[in-house]
Amino acid sequence: MALSKIWVHAEFGTDKPSSITLELISKARTLADTVEAFYAGDNADAVAAELGKYGVSKLYTIDTGGNLQGVAVASAVAAQVEAGNAPDLIMFGTTYDGRDVLGRLSVALDRPVLTNASALEVEGDEVRVTEAIFGGTQLVTSAFRCEPPHLAAFRPKSFVAEAGGETTAAVEAIDAPDKGHAKVVERHVEEHSGPILDEAAIVVSGGRGLGESDKYQLIEDLAKLLKGAPGASRAIVDAGWVPYSYQVGQTGKVVKPDIYIAAGISGATQHMVGMKGSKNIIAINKDAEAPIFGIADLGIVGDVHKVLPALIEALKNR
Amino acid sequence: MNVVVCVKQIPDPAVPGELDPQTHWLKREGKLILDDSDAYGVEMALQLATAAGGGDVTLVSMAPNGETSGLRTALAMGAANAILVSDESLKGSDALSTAKVLAAAIKRANPDLVITATEATDGYTGTVPEQVAALLGLPSITFAKKIETADGKVKVERQTEAGYDEVEAPLPAVVSVTAGVVEPRYPSFKGIMAAKSKPVDTLTVADLGLEGQVGAANARQEIISVTPAEERQAGEIIEDDGEGFQKIVAFLESKKVI
Repeated sequence: MALSKIWVHAEFGTDKPSSITLELISKARTLADTVEAFYAGDNADAVAAELGKYGVSKLYTIDTGGNLQGVAVASAVAAQVEAGNAPDLIMFGTTYDGRDVLGRLSVALDRPVLTNASALEVEGDEVRVTEAIFGGTQLVTSAFRCEPPHLAAFRPKSFVAEAGGETTAAVEAIDAPDKGHAKVVERHVEEHSGPILDEAAIVVSGGRGLGESDKYQLIEDLAKLLKGAPGASRAIVDAGWVPYSYQVGQTGKVVKPDIYIAAGISGATQHMVGMKGSKNIIAINKDAEAPIFGIADLGIVGDVHKVLPALIEALKNR
Repeated sequence: MNVVVCVKQIPDPAVPGELDPQTHWLKREGKLILDDSDAYGVEMALQLATAAGGGDVTLVSMAPNGETSGLRTALAMGAANAILVSDESLKGSDALSTAKVLAAAIKRANPDLVITATEATDGYTGTVPEQVAALLGLPSITFAKKIETADGKVKVERQTEAGYDEVEAPLPAVVSVTAGVVEPRYPSFKGIMAAKSKPVDTLTVADLGLEGQVGAANARQEIISVTPAEERQAGEIIEDDGEGFQKIVAFLESKKVI
């Protein structure tokens, strides 16, 4: 039995709805008669047109008054639910804003949350989500034991984005009774060429084995040559070498590129859960016993300071 | 300025985790240590309190057993005191239960600012900071990579997909910090000695008036199966003889990415 209605928290990427939004909607369409989305941001009409191609029949828009999304979007959605317009399930991406709205909504509706999920099933009227734990070695499936709407957040790349069920998404502005007090004063877009981390076909990540922060340049150079995105282990994010947005792992981004190159990364479970879904894994590490070699398709036991420059040179000369 | 830092004591992440076969809860027995992620918040709080001309940094934590060794680490860094909510009935708490307990304990400290990590390393649901803020009715700014307080406001550089946002909110407020927001200090010997006698106020769920509202008593989700994930097989592992990079070039060629 399908659910009657699912809502998806829609987000905007650089120039179109973000991939995670399209992935969630594509999955939702297979499980519910009606899929609707809610959105706080610019270009609502363009977003509605795009989401319509994926089967979204209505886009609720919310004005945050220039504040962070959490309070405003949660209060608007909660008001709808309290007024009787309630879905069976509300899906979020595991993103910065997705997590903010989810946390606030959980309190507003007094509902538990399931997060970091990578699969969703409906059995009768039971909603089940699955998440990978312990470095992706175990899959835990949980079911909600409360009244809907259920709240769940999913990792990017859990589902495949596919257009379908084409319709025209009506746009309806809904009121946010509370907009909160966290004001966005200015947005800074950091210039970076190449694809973003969790959408890149090739990811090159560096870890502690690089030795010092200056050596991260090798990772950037290699990523650029391969038209991929640079990533990082938690260890060097914690050490302040690169920003949190570079982090691949349990507490960072989950990536599933065609090629993942791990350089100077030993393969802590924290890291592996974020990249073991990659199609091909290449690892370079001086320690032959490093766990990363256990999942690598090609492993080079060697010094990253020798292998990376040689590789970069070879690629430049092609 | 008084600051509360929410900290979690977790099993050593270097030791493989285990689920209780009966309850499917994460085993949290034995020695617990301060979650590394929380050291950034403790350091940030100490620096902000100093910059504001003084004030206490209070730790707020929850643990089903009376464990305090992780708290002592944070006290040794310089926190003044700790509130530990410790109760058998907290076992099986989900993120919302955890947030209810933390929020109730934070209220007692009446802080100007609450700092948390973005998520804990062991459970990593990642919603507790926002849930705590909602329960306390406070503004919140998540994923901070830089924090300042001035004129009754907190100003934050918040990590975004595209870069960062400058965000500000009136105090009191809740701010979650990313790793790397500051470099945590190592506790000094003097700090470690002083931490032994710093006050740790231990409360029960009943003290907070939350009986029956948190922990397993209020669990509204159930783990129905735990299965091993498909194992990934190792491929070719070679020792670099100076020509290892050629293997990588050949591999990339075979996958038609170059």
